[in-house]
Amino acid sequence: MNWLVALIALLLGRGRRRHAVPPERVVAPATQRPGAELVVIALLALASLSALAFVPIYALDSLRHLQTQLFGLSLGLAFAFLSAACIVVAKTLVPEEQIVDEYSEPEHAYEQATVEQIVDESGSRFTRRRLVKLAAGGAGAALGAALVTPAASLGPFLDVDQLRRTAWRRGVRLVDSDDKPVRAADVSTKSFLTAFPEGADRDAVGSPLVVVRLDPDSLELPVDREGWAPEGIVAYSKICTHAGCAIALYRTPLHEPTSSKSAFVCPCHYSTFDPAAGGKVLFGPAGRNLPQLPLMIENGELRAAGDFSGPIGPSWWGVRWGNQHRS
Amino acid sequence: MVGCALGEPAPVVIRRAVRFLDQRSGTAPLIRKALRYVFPDHWSFLLGEIALYCFVVLVGTGVFLTLFFEPSTEHTTYHGSYGPLAGSEMSQAYRSAVDMSFEVKAGLLMRQTHHWAADVFLVAIVLHLLRVFFTGAFRKPRDLVWYVGVMMLGAAMLEGFLGYSLVDDLLSGMGLAIAYSVVLSIPLIGGNLALLLWDGPFPGADTFLSRMYITHVLILPVLIAVLLTIHLLLIVARHHTQFRGPRASERHVVGTPLLPGYAPRSIGLAFGVAAVLILLGGLVQINPIWQWGPFETAQATNGAQPDWYLGWLIGGLRLMPGFDVTIGDYTLVPNAFWGGALFPLVVFAFLFAWPSLERRITGDTAFHNLLDRPRDNPFRTAVGAAMATWVFCVFVAGSSDRVAVWLKISYTAQIWFWRGAVVALPIAAFVFTRRLCDALREEDAPAGVRIVQA
Amino acid sequence: MRRVAALALLLVLAAPARADDVTRGRRLYVQGCISCHGPQLAGVRAGTQPRGAGGVRGAGPPLAGVGAQAADLYLSTGYMPLQDPNDQPLRKTPLRYSEDDIRALVAYIGSFGGPPIPQPHPERGSLSQGLRLFTENCAGCHQMGVQGGIMPGAIAPELLHATPTQIAEAVRVGPYVMPRFTRRQLTDHELDSVIAYVERAKHPVDRGGWGIGHIGPIPEGLVAWLLAGVVLLGLARVIGERSRS
Repeated sequence: MNWLVALIALLLGRGRRRHAVPPERVVAPATQRPGAELVVIALLALASLSALAFVPIYALDSLRHLQTQLFGLSLGLAFAFLSAACIVVAKTLVPEEQIVDEYSEPEHAYEQATVEQIVDESGSRFTRRRLVKLAAGGAGAALGAALVTPAASLGPFLDVDQLRRTAWRRGVRLVDSDDKPVRAADVSTKSFLTAFPEGADRDAVGSPLVVVRLDPDSLELPVDREGWAPEGIVAYSKICTHAGCAIALYRTPLHEPTSSKSAFVCPCHYSTFDPAAGGKVLFGPAGRNLPQLPLMIENGELRAAGDFSGPIGPSWWGVRWGNQHRS
Repeated sequence: MVGCALGEPAPVVIRRAVRFLDQRSGTAPLIRKALRYVFPDHWSFLLGEIALYCFVVLVGTGVFLTLFFEPSTEHTTYHGSYGPLAGSEMSQAYRSAVDMSFEVKAGLLMRQTHHWAADVFLVAIVLHLLRVFFTGAFRKPRDLVWYVGVMMLGAAMLEGFLGYSLVDDLLSGMGLAIAYSVVLSIPLIGGNLALLLWDGPFPGADTFLSRMYITHVLILPVLIAVLLTIHLLLIVARHHTQFRGPRASERHVVGTPLLPGYAPRSIGLAFGVAAVLILLGGLVQINPIWQWGPFETAQATNGAQPDWYLGWLIGGLRLMPGFDVTIGDYTLVPNAFWGGALFPLVVFAFLFAWPSLERRITGDTAFHNLLDRPRDNPFRTAVGAAMATWVFCVFVAGSSDRVAVWLKISYTAQIWFWRGAVVALPIAAFVFTRRLCDALREEDAPAGVRIVQA
Repeated sequence: MRRVAALALLLVLAAPARADDVTRGRRLYVQGCISCHGPQLAGVRAGTQPRGAGGVRGAGPPLAGVGAQAADLYLSTGYMPLQDPNDQPLRKTPLRYSEDDIRALVAYIGSFGGPPIPQPHPERGSLSQGLRLFTENCAGCHQMGVQGGIMPGAIAPELLHATPTQIAEAVRVGPYVMPRFTRRQLTDHELDSVIAYVERAKHPVDRGGWGIGHIGPIPEGLVAWLLAGVVLLGLARVIGERSRS
């Protein structure tokens, strides 16, 4: 019973007045607000209830699908009530004070001068200051260079030829993502498929291809690509020459007169390439045509007839334009 | 403790604690000074604190995540409870993130709170930066504080990018391919640098993921923490700036002391930030990686976007007309360089250079403890507005694809519009802002009184 | 014997109904389609005809041989009729034609030969195979969450309203600028899997709460600024203001 009386007394009581304060007050005086105190206590109680709910929510398996939401509510509201309690305290239960302080000195001329003097006097035994400084600087630079050198192990930064190498050679068979060889008959008009070099690393930038079949009469390939498109089937690198995303869109009209012409489109920045014209850039930020892979058909299967028409992947300093035809 | 709660002098435990501390460290004078440190009052001064508390939540939730995430590219097959991925091949990194979302209790809460905290961290930093810029708080002697702050902005952006790229999902993997291409596009050294960072051509060796991981969980957090400490110490050493007021001057700072006035406000703000982030983390889905699937070099999805604070870069990349700068057979500047590397470089260079640039242009090299209202410095405000408009236009241009889907406005038409707007709108913003500042200042001072141009 | 007679009677009664559809279909075709698709489904080349029915200057592909498959796709989605032949056909509600009318038109166009309406069975498909195939063949245009996408010159529509039959039809037909996937590239079972994935993606698992559109960082950024940012700015204002005491 005593606890009940105590609880009632606590809730209904107003709290005793402060005793006489020491002569020199630091913090300004202010009236007491028992009502606000009750609000704070209530908010803290709500915060406790919210937080306590977390444990049963965690333990109950039946709530699995909603658990994240309930966790968020329980913990989030606990913090929200705590925050509210602090704000009520800040606004109603701490003395309002506006005090004044001084900004510190902009400079300390005397100490600055003394520091200069100390440094200067410390070096009074040196006669060849410049030379010693030069020697020290040289040693520091050399040591710095030595310490930085192991960073070169981070990667094969000198072997930039790697950026040009692909797994495609004459005779390499095209396979789809299930490792089945791609037959010419599998590639219909108005269809597109992704192909990889048989037996090679699929994730390499030089590996993936987009393969489509076009009407041979509509082809306008550069003159030196005679025979690159058997039956009108063309293959291009699937990696955009702008910023390296996979070119996963093929826009191919069912009825030519009322739609845009056939094109590959990259979904990252919408560079658009013309498969009938050797991968020419039609729109978008790509600055270089899409590299084409020559194809040949052997026993009905598609094989590479050589390496790409130009460097694959996004452009970089080492890309040589050679006989690449530009937009 | 009995008898201490109802109006006696400070409880015995406080006395004992202070005595212990002072005897062991001699810091009572420092504490006494700190307790009555004066914080100038204005709501806009709290934006930096919001960023700070977001960082605390990031570290707290981040520690939890490190205990479950597996930073490995080793291939594995998924056998967890999310049906559409059953039997799929994926990296351990992706698998551990999906498991964290579906199998680990409270795992998804932590992942989402962490990711929301990162997004809101950058919102707070940008708002704080704008406040500091437009009130001139970066002027001497606080230009060093500003430099440290801009460094933290850059570090935070990189940290966030690495964080969501660790998970090796389709969306973030596409972002990594783009980042790789931007590095490649740097003239002269791009190829070498990309090979160095990725340990080989894209997608990089297995070391690349663990490199991202250690940078994200150790190197950058420590860097940000150190920069933050320097930032705060410098602020305290020179004291906070304040707006002009009745007793406020270049020599005297007026405000609320840390104890008892400011402490409950700061603590309340801290709890409030935590509340918002955790409520978001539980109630609003973010980065549902199980819906994207694992990353493969040969795959891509439409509508891929980076997290919001990198949206300006995707805009830059999309707006550039298509050309690689070449001389004869040689490539000089690949296209991705302009929007992906030069553009952010120019913006950060502007941010770093501005304090000394403003000193040089206005001739004002004095110390300033008082803040400008934006209207009091029309030149700075107009330049800031123009710069912000420029970045914002590029940022909005970056989301033209979804605008095309939602509002049925042609994508190509939007791009052409924005190409013109990114030149025209900042100029218009400069002129308009300048006029607006002058007009507002005219309102403040009655007619006939000369207004001195700041 | 009696069973055979009953069956024969049923067939005789059913036949005129289908013949009726074709006749009705031809009538509807002449009313609404002939100005672009020509008499006998022969198609119309742009510029060869003055304005036809509905004031549209026709320019449409020949439809002989497209079959009930394509006709059902275009009519049940509302792609057709198309006001301007240069517009992209897009899903329309409400549909211009009733179910009966669509059936009639499909019967008429199907009577010229071509593939029938496909019968997909998504319940027989595998979700995980569907996710893989969808990623490789569809996500580049339609987006992983089937929310749709764009390319210069066209929109790839969202698939939230597409029925399994319509999806199967679209995959085999390749409407507008969409590629088509034949059975050599995508078997019927694989197509079932893709459709199973799309059906699931319409109601994705949103274990994390409110899905905010299922397209990733743009809505997330909007929430960070307009929800969290506004609330926190409000909080800062409340905290930063000195209370009147």
